[in-house]
Amino acid sequence: MEILDEVKKDFVKDIMRKGKRPDERGFEEYRPIVVEKGAIPAAEGSARVHLGQTQVLVGVKMGIGTPFADRPEEGVLSTNAELLPMASPTFEPGPPSPESIEIARVVDRGIRSANTIDLKSLFIEEGKVWMTFVDVYVLDHDGNLIDAAALAAAAALRTARQPKYEDGKVIHGEYSGPLKLGDDCVACTFAKIDSTNILDPSFDEEKAMDARLTIATTADRIAAMQKGGSGGYTRDEISQLADMAFRKGAELRSLI
Amino acid sequence: MEKMQLIVNGKRMDGRGLTDLRPLKIKAGVLNKADGSAYVEWGNNKVLAAVYGPRECIPRHDVNPYHAVVRCRYTMAPFCSMEEHGRSGPNRRSTEISKVIREVFENVVLAEHFPKTAIDVYMEVLQSDGGTRIAALTAAAVALADAGIPMKDIVCGVAVGKIDGQIAADFGKYEDNFGESDIPVALSQRTGEVLLLQMDGLLTKDELMKALDIAFEASKQVSELQIRALKERYAEKEAKGIAPARPAEGAQWQQ
Repeated sequence: MEILDEVKKDFVKDIMRKGKRPDERGFEEYRPIVVEKGAIPAAEGSARVHLGQTQVLVGVKMGIGTPFADRPEEGVLSTNAELLPMASPTFEPGPPSPESIEIARVVDRGIRSANTIDLKSLFIEEGKVWMTFVDVYVLDHDGNLIDAAALAAAAALRTARQPKYEDGKVIHGEYSGPLKLGDDCVACTFAKIDSTNILDPSFDEEKAMDARLTIATTADRIAAMQKGGSGGYTRDEISQLADMAFRKGAELRSLI
Repeated sequence: MEKMQLIVNGKRMDGRGLTDLRPLKIKAGVLNKADGSAYVEWGNNKVLAAVYGPRECIPRHDVNPYHAVVRCRYTMAPFCSMEEHGRSGPNRRSTEISKVIREVFENVVLAEHFPKTAIDVYMEVLQSDGGTRIAALTAAAVALADAGIPMKDIVCGVAVGKIDGQIAADFGKYEDNFGESDIPVALSQRTGEVLLLQMDGLLTKDELMKALDIAFEASKQVSELQIRALKERYAEKEAKGIAPARPAEGAQWQQ
């Protein structure tokens, strides 16, 4: 039980009741976003996203592997998230927490549903396909890790190149061309504090929230959703937030 | 694998209409040691749920001085599907599901009545056929009520989504695998609030809203069967003389 968390929670709720946010942002406003594409040239694809004080780095690597038995003609996408202990005093080294698994799985669902990666193009021969590893590294945690991770993953995939493959071997450092991609998928996360919904919650706002709803979209479709926290949403709230996710998603997409 | 047609003349592979549920059976009080338990058969899903608590919270660092901690564990048996042998115990998928189910029960359980304790909810999928997380949650809600844990509502749910271009409810395994979108929903019928919401696949906003409307409507049947199972359980206990006394006529709830 963190005493300071409780104090901050009251502080955030008080300000919200006055129709404001602790950092003076509008309720439907993102913090400043910087997308740094190709931050790790050694990786097949990469991007670092700064979302206010939150920093997430995504690296994409590719290798050869065997397909899943039920999808023998498709490549494999594997998404993982690491909440580095350096990113927050609340993150500890050790096996993945439910939070990190949730971030990875929501990002993964978005990429998969939107067909951002054309998995069929990753087929090599029977029993042999390209594996695509999307690794989300949370470097600095100031809230809303899902949106930062999804944006960084989308940007990293845009920069990704497919390694050369000759005589049954991968030639690292040489590339045969860009990764074949479909639509970009971006996530918008809303936090519900008392009965107000705000976009892009900061760390302190997340401490005060009752629930959050993530809606990941392509330009015209919803591709993934995830509710978190113990609070609930009415049908009308979900409808309003979906509309806003499309509007704000377009802003995010323009940054990729 | 060749994609099969899931809807023919408005009927699904098992003859159901778009919003019809698969056969659903719920029984409360199926285990002896647990404080509360329930068994659900939903289509070919077979799910067992058990509740222990409120009880001492171990490990101690999980203790909260103000309310009970609700802990949920959803797992699938290694033999539960027609596919190859699975691994027992939690994996990434089940960890995520356990988390979102826990958040549902944190909403409805009156945990502040039991500070410093733990309420453990265990869900085992013995046989799986699509929509297991909602089947598990349905069983767990009944098991919590069977354990006498005070709650704001008995949560119910249903998975909805899109198959063959149409919005429909309660997918079986094939519909799940070959459908276009899957949306597990759990809600409180009393408040009309959605407490669990996940989604994958591609949908327009209108399709999403239609799916949610179907979820609200179809889950009413689930709710009725949950309540019926609990009434049957109470009658059983009363016949055996082990039921708690009924409140006197006109008695008021007192904390």
